[in-house]
Amino acid sequence: MTISQFLLLGSALFSMGLYGVITRRNAVLVLASVELMLAAVNINLVAFDSYFQDQLKSGQMLSLFVIALAAAEVAIGIAIVLMIYRNRQSADVDELSEMKG
Amino acid sequence: MSFLATILPQIILATEEGVEGSGHTEEFVPGITSGPLVEYAWLIVVVPLIAAFLIVFFGKKSPFKGWLMAWLSIAFVAVYGTILFILNATQGIVYYGQVEIARIGDLVLEWGWSVDGLSIMMYFLVGVVGTLVFTYAKSYMEGDVRFTWFFASFSLFAGGMLVLVSAPNLIQLIVGWELVGVASYLLIGHYWEDYDNVDAANKAFMVNKVADAGLFLGAIIMAVSVGSFRFNDVIDVVVKGEAGPLSQYAFWAGLLLFIGAMGKSAQFPLHVWLPDAMAGPTPVSALMHAATMVTAGVYLLGRLFPFYIDVSGLFAGDVRNIIIVVGGLTLFLTGFLAIVQDDIKKVLAYSTVSQLGYMVAAMGAGAYTAGLFHLFTHAFFKALLFLGAGSVIHAVHSNNMSDMGGLRKKMPITFWTFIIGTLALIGVFPFAGFFSKDEILASMAFAGESGQNVANFILILGIAGAFITAFYMTRLVALTFFGEYKGHAHPHESPKMMAYPLIGLAVFALTAGWANIPGVYNGFTEWLATRVPLTGMGDHEATGFDWPLVLLTSGIVIASVVIGWLIYAKDAETQAARDRLRIPVLWPLFENLYYIDDFYMSGIVRPTMGPLAKLVLWIDMNIVDGIVNAIGAGSIATAKAVRITDENVVDGMYNATGAVTGATGSVLRRTFTGHIQQYAAFSFIGVLVIVVLFIVF
Repeated sequence: MTISQFLLLGSALFSMGLYGVITRRNAVLVLASVELMLAAVNINLVAFDSYFQDQLKSGQMLSLFVIALAAAEVAIGIAIVLMIYRNRQSADVDELSEMKG
Repeated sequence: MSFLATILPQIILATEEGVEGSGHTEEFVPGITSGPLVEYAWLIVVVPLIAAFLIVFFGKKSPFKGWLMAWLSIAFVAVYGTILFILNATQGIVYYGQVEIARIGDLVLEWGWSVDGLSIMMYFLVGVVGTLVFTYAKSYMEGDVRFTWFFASFSLFAGGMLVLVSAPNLIQLIVGWELVGVASYLLIGHYWEDYDNVDAANKAFMVNKVADAGLFLGAIIMAVSVGSFRFNDVIDVVVKGEAGPLSQYAFWAGLLLFIGAMGKSAQFPLHVWLPDAMAGPTPVSALMHAATMVTAGVYLLGRLFPFYIDVSGLFAGDVRNIIIVVGGLTLFLTGFLAIVQDDIKKVLAYSTVSQLGYMVAAMGAGAYTAGLFHLFTHAFFKALLFLGAGSVIHAVHSNNMSDMGGLRKKMPITFWTFIIGTLALIGVFPFAGFFSKDEILASMAFAGESGQNVANFILILGIAGAFITAFYMTRLVALTFFGEYKGHAHPHESPKMMAYPLIGLAVFALTAGWANIPGVYNGFTEWLATRVPLTGMGDHEATGFDWPLVLLTSGIVIASVVIGWLIYAKDAETQAARDRLRIPVLWPLFENLYYIDDFYMSGIVRPTMGPLAKLVLWIDMNIVDGIVNAIGAGSIATAKAVRITDENVVDGMYNATGAVTGATGSVLRRTFTGHIQQYAAFSFIGVLVIVVLFIVF
């Protein structure tokens, strides 16, 4: 398997995630899309780690950190979304436009 | 003239050798040239000035309303001056202190204090005479509305004179000169409620200013051609006999400086201010005519004496003939005016002018010691006479002798001290004036015989002057103290504060002449020695009396007294007595003061004043007002321009800044939609741009 296949997979995943983040209206799905983007990054990290034969496996280590961070982020994100939903009976991102300038 | 045989060879020798050859028995070697005594001598000058300043501000609350402060300051000068005087007499002092004040290019302005024979003599004179006059003045001025102010001005007067006589350079001399001028103006116009007194003060100031123009020009010429304001530098050039810029302009410098001296020392025809200066309180007259002010001109001639005596023939020797003629005319002509005056102070004033003529003529004859010796003795007896006159005026409440008479029994102390002063003034042995006047006449005779032809003529005037002096003084004494009392007040002897200074001055009037007795004691000559040995400058030291001259003068004086007594003693100042002397042409001439005042008034003052006033008015109305108006209009125009600039440019800049910020804001706010996903898209695009840029560059 060549590195380009992994990178293609990563970029495909990232693009799908990005598309989801920008277009999805449900906040939960936006968070899920963010997870997709992070997963794409993790794939890249691990792919490059293996490609460069890194003795310290820093790519893998970094992806572990990213996974841990993602878990934490989702935990907080879901909590916020839950609170918003509770207050507004909706998790539609389009309606959260109080910060309009 | 027997002394000539012994003196002349020495003088010729001295002249040939310049200053190196000394006609003195030994060359003058100063004993004290440093040390705290001379280094702190500047206190003499500063203390009265500080006192004047303090009296102005705190005088009314201080003891005796400022008098004590004034008196202490002048007494300090007297004590310091006396110490210096005694030490100078015993050991000799020469010291010149200098403090640099400012430097403008090569021009150095200095303040300094001379402590040499000439200055010490003046310190002593100002201090001692001043102390006695200040003592007297307390009693005399008692109850005056401006008592405190009077003593402030009086201290300033003495302080100004001390600045003048302590000056080691021309600039400081001019400063002192003008200080004395302004203080005299204040004092002459002390009773300014009376317009005549204001006129007199103005006259004194103006006449002095005319002469001061000469002083300034002379000082400038001298300073520029020597390159220094210091007297010592001038005298160095003169003593070395260097032909240079100074010798080129020496005549003019000498003449102009002498014109300055003529003003202050009231020489004919600039004497007109001095008799009018009698408008001031009598103590002022006493001090002004004795130690301060009028002696300034003679002092200046003394200070620059080597320049005038001109051993090398390169400098202002020619001016000396002018000086002696001016002095001679002054002593002769003004003496007559004293005969016709009724105001007792004016008699004494013209007498002062006449005596100043003697001093100046002596300077012109090259008699440094004689001229200054007469200044020295004259200060005492003229102060005495003025204070005596003040005492009389105080008693009879009038200045006019026609209101006096018969006062000798009512005012014995005043009478006897006045007699001593009179005898000293007319030159009766052994009073002070005898020695000094004799020395002047002897010096003139000597100068005449050693080639200054005009001196012979002035000698005759001098002897005639002795006759006139004795005559008017006899008249004064006869009219004031003898005969019947003609006034209306009830005269009484003056208080002790006024009587004691008279006695003190009488002692000096008797003894001051003994400082220089020809052939016996030549102390004064040595005291006066400055850094330049005097002989060799033409000054001569008499080895004995010039007996024919002494006997001639004394005989003339006695004859004059007898004639005066015969005329005035019996029916003193009745109209008949006056008429007996009415010589047709001369008398009106004297009574009208030779028409000099009239000439000045209608010949100079009015012709200049009228057109000048018009010119000044025109200048004021057109040029000055024009300038003022132009400045006003310019200010308004500027203000308008500033306003326009402010309203448009400055405010515009602020408004523009605000507007731009607002516009930018309203454009940018559209991007803030509130849609998080849009923000995320922007962020991504931003990252993408950065990445692209990173790759490309």
